[in-house]
Amino acid sequence: MSASAEATVLITHEVGLHARPSVKFTKLAKSFAAEVEVAVAANGPWFDAKSIVKVMAAKAPKGTMLHIRARGDGAEQAVGALVDLVRRDFDEDRDHARSA
Amino acid sequence: MRIEGIPASAGYAEGPLFDLDRPLAVYEGKTSAAEEKAALKAAIDKAASRLTSLVEAADGDAAGILEFQIAMLEDDALSGPAFGSIGLGQPADAAWRQALDVEIAGYEASDQDYFRARAADLRDIRDQVLWALSEHGEAAAPAGAILYGEDIAPTRFLETDWSSGGGIALKAGSTASHVAMLARSRGVPMVVGLGTPAEKPAGVALLDAEHGGIVLSPSPAEVEAFRRSSSAFAARQGKAQTFLAQPAATKAGTAVRVQVNIADPSDVDGIDIATCDGVGLMRTEFLFGKSLPDEETQYRAYRKVLEWAGDKPVTIRTVDAGGDKPVPGFTVEETNPFLGLRGIRLSLARLDIFRMQIRALLRAAVHGNLKVMFPMIATAEEYAQAAALFAEEQTAFAARGVAHKLPPLGIMVEVPSVAIAPEAFAKVAFFSIGSNDLTQYVMAAARDNASVAHLNSVRHPAVLRLIASVAAFGREKGIPVSLCGDAGGDPAAIPALLEAGLRDLSVAPAQLAMAKAAIADVSV
Repeated sequence: MSASAEATVLITHEVGLHARPSVKFTKLAKSFAAEVEVAVAANGPWFDAKSIVKVMAAKAPKGTMLHIRARGDGAEQAVGALVDLVRRDFDEDRDHARSA
Repeated sequence: MRIEGIPASAGYAEGPLFDLDRPLAVYEGKTSAAEEKAALKAAIDKAASRLTSLVEAADGDAAGILEFQIAMLEDDALSGPAFGSIGLGQPADAAWRQALDVEIAGYEASDQDYFRARAADLRDIRDQVLWALSEHGEAAAPAGAILYGEDIAPTRFLETDWSSGGGIALKAGSTASHVAMLARSRGVPMVVGLGTPAEKPAGVALLDAEHGGIVLSPSPAEVEAFRRSSSAFAARQGKAQTFLAQPAATKAGTAVRVQVNIADPSDVDGIDIATCDGVGLMRTEFLFGKSLPDEETQYRAYRKVLEWAGDKPVTIRTVDAGGDKPVPGFTVEETNPFLGLRGIRLSLARLDIFRMQIRALLRAAVHGNLKVMFPMIATAEEYAQAAALFAEEQTAFAARGVAHKLPPLGIMVEVPSVAIAPEAFAKVAFFSIGSNDLTQYVMAAARDNASVAHLNSVRHPAVLRLIASVAAFGREKGIPVSLCGDAGGDPAAIPALLEAGLRDLSVAPAQLAMAKAAIADVSV
């Protein structure tokens, strides 16, 4: 039986899960072997978290409860790392400070 | 060889010509689906590696955008439908275009500005691959290029990076088109009305947008002369900059108010508020670009400009769609749009949209010194109806306890009926002369038609007489009169406007210094 994990996290970043955060989000998701999916509602539809086209299509603005689930190797770690990235506002403030 | 045209935005540019009208990549079909798929795969890889090489040279926001485009291109979910269609017998170019157009439409339909704006990224991605599919050419104009063609769309202008120079040279076009306005406010050199040359020009060209002309295949002597004129122009502009920080006044010491015209709220980012007397015209059509903005989007845009201006006035014009400014889902198709349902006529016909803008304006008014004006007013009844709508929305806000303020309400003077008989409008808070439209209506010469451009002169005695008469009426009744057309920033027209009695001009930000310098030369 393969591992599975699921979590919910609030998007607090100003414009939501937009272009640059989506790049980071999908890159991180791709670093795990597990199958990872996201949804903006508990009952789906679920999108492939490794596809930026699908993640952008979710059009999740600030204030969205993002549902993340994973199945397979490292499912727990994948969900944990992605939740953490969303909580850190995708490290966008840090990037901003650097480019300012 | 020099071709003469009409200067639309002063300046000089030297660079390679980029053909705006060349057809988007002629793709040569392959004989099997497998070959079509291979061609598409190769084109996607080519486009992605081109973007990757650009990322290395980019920084900050530009790099972020490119990385996003690369991630999209490399995602099989984007190309999947296209490969699917190829399998069903479609050629690679059509399959890719169709697949991307579906994605683009999805973004355009979003109710959030941010996601809607990504449609431009997707179009970019689409075109980069279409170009890579064909044998020749680059997708985008190289930096510093002179964009050459029949005409240019505002979106094309906005999508172009002007930071490393370049210019616009149009065979047709008009000095009063929206791109011309944008070019003037951003300081991008532009010439229109060049006509169609016998031979298709290519290579490096010299664009003289001060006098209006372009030199094709220049000789070394021509290049040298061009560079001299270009640096002399830069020096004059530099000298004009010394006027920028001063309040404008004529040689005789008569004070003249000089405000700025803006379109996008971000236009104010590059302007020092200390150098102008406020915003004489904030256009709101650009907010209405591809779809209709909601109240919140409008409120935020207006508020940004009001807060930037502090206690200086910001005159916002209610949406002036129609004419040469169509808005999908709002304006109507007409055979003669300049004389049709545009400006206030359209707003009064689409009350849902107008009321939303009114609510956004009432709420924004508490954040600064707002004035609101209506475009294309022809009769006093139109003004009364529009003012009544403001009163109604204000009453509703007061009842609900929403923070708001009723701004002074004025009108654009651009329909000749108002300029000829201004006494019907003695109750308006202010007049703002829209010289572009006033001139085209008085002279019966469409402002977007290069073949009648010679008739479109604000300095024609008939136009000047009307301007003088409105200025005199304003003085008599104590109604402020300003002018916000392009003539206000034209050094050649400024003396005549001041002589006609105007003391308040609103100009493109890039013309602020030159306008103040020109005012200082007038002796009224």
